[in-house]
Amino acid sequence: MAKRKSAGPPGEPRRIAYLYLLPAFLVYAAFLLYPLGRSVQISLYEWNGNTLATWVGLDNYADVVTDPALRSSFGHALVLVFFYAVLPLVIGLALASILNRARVRGLAFFRTVVFLPQVVAMVVIAVAWRRMYAPDGNVNDLLRAVGLDSLTRGWLGDYAAALPAVGFIGTWFEIGLVTVLLLAGMGRIPGELYEAARLDGAGPVREFLAVTLPSVRGEISVALTLTVIAALRTFDLVYVTTRGGPGQSTSVPSFEVYNRAFLQGRVGSAAAVAVVLTLIIFVISFGITRVAERNSA
Amino acid sequence: MRSRPTSLLAVAGLIGAVALAACTPGSNSDSGQSASPTGQVTTDASTMGDVTLTVWDQEVRGGQAAQIEELNKQFQAKYPNIKLKRVTRSFDDLKTTLRLALSGNEPPDVFQANNGRPDMGAFVQAGQLVPLDRYAEAYQWGERYPESVRKYSSYSTDGKTFGTGSLYGLPQVGEVVGIFVNEAKLEKAGVDEPKTWAEFQESLATLKAKGEQPLVLGNLDKWPAIHVFGTVQAQNVQPDAIRTLGFGQQGGSWKTPENTKAAQTVVDWVDKGYFSKDVNGLGYDPAWQAFSKGTGAYLIAGTWLQADLGKAMGDNVTFMLPPAVADKPVATGGTGIPWAISSKSKHPDAAAAYIDFITSEDAMAVLAKNDNLPIADTADQEATGPLGEAVFKAFGTAVEEDALVPYLDYATPTMADTLGAALQDLLAKKATPEEFLDTVEKDYSGFVSSNK
Repeated sequence: MAKRKSAGPPGEPRRIAYLYLLPAFLVYAAFLLYPLGRSVQISLYEWNGNTLATWVGLDNYADVVTDPALRSSFGHALVLVFFYAVLPLVIGLALASILNRARVRGLAFFRTVVFLPQVVAMVVIAVAWRRMYAPDGNVNDLLRAVGLDSLTRGWLGDYAAALPAVGFIGTWFEIGLVTVLLLAGMGRIPGELYEAARLDGAGPVREFLAVTLPSVRGEISVALTLTVIAALRTFDLVYVTTRGGPGQSTSVPSFEVYNRAFLQGRVGSAAAVAVVLTLIIFVISFGITRVAERNSA
Repeated sequence: MRSRPTSLLAVAGLIGAVALAACTPGSNSDSGQSASPTGQVTTDASTMGDVTLTVWDQEVRGGQAAQIEELNKQFQAKYPNIKLKRVTRSFDDLKTTLRLALSGNEPPDVFQANNGRPDMGAFVQAGQLVPLDRYAEAYQWGERYPESVRKYSSYSTDGKTFGTGSLYGLPQVGEVVGIFVNEAKLEKAGVDEPKTWAEFQESLATLKAKGEQPLVLGNLDKWPAIHVFGTVQAQNVQPDAIRTLGFGQQGGSWKTPENTKAAQTVVDWVDKGYFSKDVNGLGYDPAWQAFSKGTGAYLIAGTWLQADLGKAMGDNVTFMLPPAVADKPVATGGTGIPWAISSKSKHPDAAAAYIDFITSEDAMAVLAKNDNLPIADTADQEATGPLGEAVFKAFGTAVEEDALVPYLDYATPTMADTLGAALQDLLAKKATPEEFLDTVEKDYSGFVSSNK
């Protein structure tokens, strides 16, 4: 057998490796990179989707920053991050550690119940919640039943309540995913660690902070990445429940993209919003993975 | 992981390269013939030889589906040489796919294009529609379709002016926003059916005093209040001024004392509790469904609810045009989605023959039979029930008296959003009538000044 050149890593040379990547890359490029590039290009034009576009440079991006309605839609997306990611994480951590510690009988059953919202299509969830939030819906019925009549309202039509109400649907939806992810992570923690902690005199809270939390850091990062992305690109929920109303109080960037591209014929502006949204999602999820990686190193 | 920065750079570079290499958006969408076709048109479809027409429509629900299926069958039987290739889509799907289809190389020959600027207006601008004036003359559509109706599918040939110019589409059905009345409720409260706008407002007060909810409105979906405001505005503002605003033509203004009065009236209705408390939190469908089950005395809504309300309420419900301030009624209204012809169609004459067939006098009878509101010859048609009769009569009167004013959201591509949100603000008292008018005026004047 011919003697291998001593330099370089073993195996076939790098150039060949790229050849293996090529088929997948071509698919990726055709269905992701090319559309992305076109979006960036379209975002530099004013275009109604039919006639020849006019070059406007960065005007569409300037609009994203200066138009108060667009700016507030990005603000709403950030509020949704709290409801989609932060709240489910806190609740999910509590739920998962209880389920994990208590060694409940029928754990599989509870896990399924908690996970169930993830199985249902978002549109179906939105239609159901829209009914529950209606002035004569279940939420108000419940409040009346316990004597809290003063709190009843048309939840989705109330300027103060609409955005939290929409966000809460997201919380309800994401808790299952986060809990199941964390449960899986906690299941892998060796029992000896807890034993050692207990011997050192740690209570349940201390145990949670010193053993459980650090061990599931990877899962937390995955959960945050998934839920934050879901929050930022929320479309179906808003489309079905409020259409951005009342006023503009629940409009979100993805809804604006749809609105502008398909209803108003402002394709360039829609593309600019989409590009900005993509960038924000990219930066935030990149940040989350970086922070998690650095901590685990 | 370490090579990430370089791969990132590579990706960014690639995206940039794609962006630069591609040509200007829209440059490959050959916009068909821009000049109006001339020459003799053929109107006898049986002499046109073997032709296949691709038809895109959104007549997929209930009576709409029934009428078009029946008419298509009749058309095929009469003209076996013309083959119809029908593609059905929901309203939303048609709206989103038609734009792409028309800029492609094989657009449908006949299709339904929504009246407003983002749709028909944009297609006219791109030269994608055949002006129908020659066919209107040949088939004498003008005699059966009055100008007040044709306006709704007329544009200047550059697509900039809406409401005048060439005819680009022909609708089958009409729409008018009026008042559905629960007659039992009026009787119980001792209120006679109001004949004037003042009587109508009085009846609201009486009904409220008797513990009845006078008006039903579910405005969670943003647009329903546009019809309520339009109805109030029509009783306060000159019809021609509304048309200028509604079609987004030059020279109008929202900031007039009359418009302020209209907005103030709506606010007064909120203050007096004529609507339900959670008007912005109630959906449109739940609202009219509640009305059909006995909530509220009046429902300001369009004739498209006729079939559903008639079925649910029988003799208990009737329909009237908004009672007029003076002797002449004015009401928001318009047409169903008009049928248009692609400028790339190889068989425009056959396409026009098809449109003529589904809008003919006989077709109007088929429409009426299937619970639709025929847009032409309305008074001659036989409705399916007492509510249908009231609706036909109201629409017939509206057309005869030239009482129709356009939907206000036609005005600009963004007006549906602007006005919808602004009206939610107005109803929730987050905005005063003046602030409301400022918001709407800004949208209108911004568009008008950039559309010269």
